Amino acid sequence: MSNLLSEELLSTIGRTSTPQRELVTRRDIRKYAVATSNRQRKYLDGDQAPPMFHVPLFWDVVELDQLSPDGVSIDSLLPKFPLEKAMAGGLVIEYHRDIFPGDWLTATRTLTDIYQKNGRSGPLIFYEVVMDIVNDEGELVIREKTTRILR
Amino acid sequence: MNRAESVARFKAIHPDDVLPQRAFKPDNVQSMLYNAVLWNGHRIHFDEPYAKDVEGYPGLVIAGPLLGDWLNQCVEEWLGEDGRLVSIEYSNRIATYIGETLHSGGKVLATRPDVGEVDIEVFIKNEAGEVVAPGIAVARFH
Repeated sequence: MSNLLSEELLSTIGRTSTPQRELVTRRDIRKYAVATSNRQRKYLDGDQAPPMFHVPLFWDVVELDQLSPDGVSIDSLLPKFPLEKAMAGGLVIEYHRDIFPGDWLTATRTLTDIYQKNGRSGPLIFYEVVMDIVNDEGELVIREKTTRILR
Repeated sequence: MNRAESVARFKAIHPDDVLPQRAFKPDNVQSMLYNAVLWNGHRIHFDEPYAKDVEGYPGLVIAGPLLGDWLNQCVEEWLGEDGRLVSIEYSNRIATYIGETLHSGGKVLATRPDVGEVDIEVFIKNEAGEVVAPGIAVARFH
């Protein structure tokens, strides 16, 4: 089966986003804990951030005219892929340090891999994005690797 | 919970031990609040005519990372203050819709006494019993 991955496409591996620095607040923790049906008091009170709080903290805040008609923001880290139909992907999240209100965290996303597999129904493109989240001391707080599949 | 109690609890954990199940039935309000907290404007989560007529879904889609969060909660509620969640991996395999009742749960796969860690298989199942979001978590006891 043909190789869909051009040299130009593969050269985007290693591309890195502009680091994004955000403040963790008690109010944002509480809203997230409520919206996720969390039952633990320390999270509902905003004393500590629950796992996956980095998801709302670092979701792109884009302006309305930057959203596509279906309401999705374009991920500027990603190149244009020759396949566009997104299939289920997966995440791996490592929790290295706890997160508390008042913490400043900085996230940097890197496109770490693009590869092709040929399935029975045709070619699939896989790509991986790693988001490293560090505190102001430079210590790793969370590492998240997302793998997505395009067909 | 003190360390001695955490150690005693760890020793009593065995493969195939079952984590408590929990039911979730997210409604439009929860879905709106969750996506608003993320700043996720994807119409499939709140615009029912769009989700059905344009995207062809049977209803409003429950956001994938919300199911991921429930996998984290499944482990954390079981763990309590005896340890911490070290890592989790999961994927969203089957779409789920507002109106469905989902269940989280899991079981112990292995323990590693040398490092005080437990590998746990977690899942979200739909009403048909299909695993819509499988995962593997690692917890470390104090």
